Amino acid sequence: MSKIGVFVCHCGENISATVDCARVAETSGKLDGVAYSVDYKYMCSDPGQSLIKSAIKEKGLTGVVVAACSPRMHEPTFRKACAEAGLNPYMCEMANLREHVSWVHEKGEATTEKAIDLVRILVEKVKYNQSLNAIKVPVTKTALVIGGGIAGIQASLDIANTGHKVILIEKDPSIGGHMSQLSETFPTLDCSQCILTPRMVEVAQHPNITLYSYAELESVEGFIGNFKVKIRRKSKSIDEKLCTGCGLCTTKCPVKKIPSEFNEGLGMRTAIYVPFPQAVPNKPVIDREHCTYYLKGKCRICEKVCPIQAIRFDQEDTIEEVEIGAIVLATGFSVKQPDFFPEYGYGKYPDVITGLQFERLASASGPTLGEIRRPSDGKVPQNIVFVACAGSRDEAKGIPYCSKICCMYIAKHAMLYQHKVHGGKSYVFYMDIRAGGKNYEEFVRRAIEEDGVNYVRGRVSRIYEKNGKLIVKGVDTLLGAMPVDIEADMVVLATAGVANSDAEALAQKLHVSYDAYKFFAEAHPKLKPVETNTAGIFLAGACQSPRDIPESVSMASGAAVKVACLFSQDELTRDPLIAVVNRMAPPVYSSCVGCFLCVSACPYQAIEKEEIKNRAGEVIKTLARVNPGLCQGCGTCVAFCRTKSIDLQGYTHEQMYTEVMALLNEY
Amino acid sequence: MAEFEPKIVAFVCNWCTYAGADLTGTSRIKYASNVRIVRFPCTGRIDYMLLVKAFDEGADGIIVSGCHPNDCHYTSGNFHARRRWIMFRSLCDFIGIDIRRIKFSWVSAAEGAKWADIVNSTVAAIRELGPYEEYQKVAKKPVKEVING
Repeated sequence: MSKIGVFVCHCGENISATVDCARVAETSGKLDGVAYSVDYKYMCSDPGQSLIKSAIKEKGLTGVVVAACSPRMHEPTFRKACAEAGLNPYMCEMANLREHVSWVHEKGEATTEKAIDLVRILVEKVKYNQSLNAIKVPVTKTALVIGGGIAGIQASLDIANTGHKVILIEKDPSIGGHMSQLSETFPTLDCSQCILTPRMVEVAQHPNITLYSYAELESVEGFIGNFKVKIRRKSKSIDEKLCTGCGLCTTKCPVKKIPSEFNEGLGMRTAIYVPFPQAVPNKPVIDREHCTYYLKGKCRICEKVCPIQAIRFDQEDTIEEVEIGAIVLATGFSVKQPDFFPEYGYGKYPDVITGLQFERLASASGPTLGEIRRPSDGKVPQNIVFVACAGSRDEAKGIPYCSKICCMYIAKHAMLYQHKVHGGKSYVFYMDIRAGGKNYEEFVRRAIEEDGVNYVRGRVSRIYEKNGKLIVKGVDTLLGAMPVDIEADMVVLATAGVANSDAEALAQKLHVSYDAYKFFAEAHPKLKPVETNTAGIFLAGACQSPRDIPESVSMASGAAVKVACLFSQDELTRDPLIAVVNRMAPPVYSSCVGCFLCVSACPYQAIEKEEIKNRAGEVIKTLARVNPGLCQGCGTCVAFCRTKSIDLQGYTHEQMYTEVMALLNEY
Repeated sequence: MAEFEPKIVAFVCNWCTYAGADLTGTSRIKYASNVRIVRFPCTGRIDYMLLVKAFDEGADGIIVSGCHPNDCHYTSGNFHARRRWIMFRSLCDFIGIDIRRIKFSWVSAAEGAKWADIVNSTVAAIRELGPYEEYQKVAKKPVKEVING
């Protein structure tokens, strides 16, 4: 016979203002199997919890129903209290009288009746609850960091410095990401390379970090603490162990006209190449799409000139299998290519460029060695126009969000231009200046007041060429929407920051959710900004939304701490609310008939085939078996099972049918 | 005679619609009190026999709601629920259930207002249809008569 305790919470006045809590407690007390019922002002408070604990001990309760707020809020609290009093925590259920009753209905009879119904449903359910034990799973204390930009670098270093192993994979031949492409950084104008490259070297040399450049995630299986990851190490066509990075091959390669990705197409590279001089690892790879040998079967000049015979034309991709406890996603963002802006003439006019291209022009290591020269004829532009929000905050272009970094980098670009081209004139077309951040507003003011950048508030409708000049047609809304035409030598578009083209595919591999713009979604916008909805997978940097360097770095450190917290435990405990296949005495063994419809239903590949053998070792029956480590407890298999042989702990057939029947019997 | 108050049972998933209904609460949006929520981990867990049982026990209307397609906490449970719903709909005709009495929808954890709308519109629609006595007559009475001899 059940002895259930019902504990009705007033939640101050949150519940009691509309629900007659005393009547709920009194009516519930008369239900069959209820041994004790009480109402109290704050059940989650220390005295409230003590009330539950002492009732469990004194009345010998076998089940507890707490009628208070949402179980999503306080179920762990009350289950813990029950466990402390010696009752199995899974014998405790919560009726949601606050979010689902008192806050959404007016005071009255019907509202109290609903509260009583909800309590009764759970009283009946608890009668069928079973004592369950939390599942303990071991933790593999190695982290995988995906993406070697500043966020991935910071996360890797922080995790490695806590003493745990890190595997960092980067799809490009070198780590560094977008930050390595930048010239100077706002708001201090310190050189990006100068602050980044030491970190890159630190990554390469750290004893706890294994760096796989030119590698991508192939597949992920498993769950928090126990991921099994396959990494595709793309063929570099060189023997990395032998190669000294002397660079002779890159100087002798005859294919020299490949637009350099690192220089955003403004410079050229060879087919065997190192993306940039400060690359880590500083060893070349062969780009097979452009290499003459792979295209035509002849050449092999690099092989001939290599002093140590490190070229390997027949090298193949290898798949590395690793066991991982936690994953940090730091895959960054892409810059929207402005071809979707035909009115600005990008692609048509060589002197209309993107912000990232301007970074390369302004960079000392760039194609012009830091001189601002326009791509078409190499002349120094005397008039330059910067267009903010090229795509961002533009519903018509499908990007309603703010890319966040552009206001600041445009101010920086205009400033760098003024510093490098004395007497030049710069204009910025903007919608609003969003300069929130330490010393950011001051930085923009400096561009305007000290460096004389002309800020024009308004948008640009069109850019076209006339007499060798780029005519920028805009409007100044601060002068009553007065049309403004500027004859420019060069135009820089601050194009929107967007998610990588492969972000969706990656999210699906990892079971991580993403937003409408394919940026990865955090578990909670305020309180869980670096977690994802998938336990054990964390976010760092601009893969979650466009963000600047300081934000990416702090987010990466945040993700690293989450990983370190996880790795500080030897075992994880998980709710045992998982599916189980029933087992019976021989010769039946189970009502499962082995149709394995459940296998096709399971999103986690958690259902295995189990063979029952006799003493002679012959298979006499094949059954489904749920791997408790993999099962996440969705219960889809339960609804699929034709023979009702599989059931979900915590949401069993008995419990759910009981709930429905209890609900309607006195409703 | 007092106005007919429909009995509505809602089968919802824990991660989206239950959380969405929580949000309705935190946003203090008022809605009809006729609904009783039964919480499941996922719409994929919902065995449609439970819906039949609910009508059997006297429900006048049912709401089934989970995460939007592609947003399932368990990746694909809601797709399975949707496919089974399509099958179940065609079975409803056969077993004598009026499908106007079942509302199948998606309510995310961010759609507190949508949850209130769905409850209110379902209650209004069921109020219009009246008590579900036809089903009781078809499905329940003969069984009871048999039992009573």
